[in-house]
Amino acid sequence: MKSKFILTAICVAAVQAFATTDEVTLTIKNHVFEPKELKLPAGKKVKILVVNQDATPAEFESKTLNREKVIPGKSTGVINVGPLKPGRYGFVEEYHENEAGAQGTVVVD
Amino acid sequence: MFAAAIIVFRESLEAALIISIMMAATRGLAMRNRWVLGGIVAGLGGASIVASGMQIIANMFDSIGQELFNVGILLTAMAMLAWHNIWMASHGRELAQQMKNTARAVTDGRSEHSVILLVIALAVMREGSETVLFLYGVATDSANGLQNTVAGGTLGLAAAALVATLLYAGLLRIPVRWFFAATSALVLLLAASMASQAARILIQADLLPSLATPIWDTSNILAQKTVAGTILHGLIGYDDQPAGMQLVAYLGVLIVIAAGMLCVSRRTTPSLTA
Repeated sequence: MKSKFILTAICVAAVQAFATTDEVTLTIKNHVFEPKELKLPAGKKVKILVVNQDATPAEFESKTLNREKVIPGKSTGVINVGPLKPGRYGFVEEYHENEAGAQGTVVVD
Repeated sequence: MFAAAIIVFRESLEAALIISIMMAATRGLAMRNRWVLGGIVAGLGGASIVASGMQIIANMFDSIGQELFNVGILLTAMAMLAWHNIWMASHGRELAQQMKNTARAVTDGRSEHSVILLVIALAVMREGSETVLFLYGVATDSANGLQNTVAGGTLGLAAAALVATLLYAGLLRIPVRWFFAATSALVLLLAASMASQAARILIQADLLPSLATPIWDTSNILAQKTVAGTILHGLIGYDDQPAGMQLVAYLGVLIVIAAGMLCVSRRTTPSLTA
């Protein structure tokens, strides 16, 4: 009985440890980011799942986050960021970087 | 159209600069141009294969397939450049001598040929595949998208080729006495720059700690997006907001290759040709 309890405790701890990496989703549709502002916690590692719903490839690029990744059409790319300091970090969809919809900001607080 | 031109310029410049430096660094080698051309053609072929298979590559290894693939390419090219420089450290003097005395090119450089081919092919493949994906994306955007894209892409490519040609012409003006020292230094910085890029990608894939992000921020002084920033990035690996780990990789590779070159040139053992 006791061992079962310990096992459960270990499992819960493991799940919690795993969950310390937060996940947020960023969607690209018609070359427009949704949401335009991505809120992330400070001081933690975060996985940004970039879901490209368009048929054409997109490139997530952020100089301030030092990240750059091509996301093929109709697929999801994973971008690991953090731990980040509080602040605002801009990102663009590089292939349409001059369009307003292709600009976004990561807000860390 | 200008958006396409700028992106194609940015993507193709890095490969173009690598081609210039490799061509200068292997000056005097027999049949060099044929191998350079072979590298470009192989790279373009590779780029279209990679572009069409990007979806498969991207989804491999828990969605970090793209990162691992690019790191593999960068590290292979880096190793080739290291090998080239160490080979040069033992043969550079000989090559310079030949250039001064006769017009006869050295024939002893068969393995050097594969280095040229591979380094150029890998550079063209890596930069080219992203360009192909981008062009495909904007070409299907609007009614006259294709026309604008082709025009813009050609303009961007021409601009990159122009910068690379100017660099090559400039390098050729370096006196023979200093020539191989100068090109070796450029190849060394190129290899270090590839190590730094590989480190950045491994941080993105969460396989390496960043150490400090960023270790400095010079985007106000010289943004990497500007033409000068792009050229410096292609030449010496300039990064306006690098992670600490990138600096470690850059300096580490720089020191290791330089030490290797120093060792070989001191011993001057010609047996390294293989």
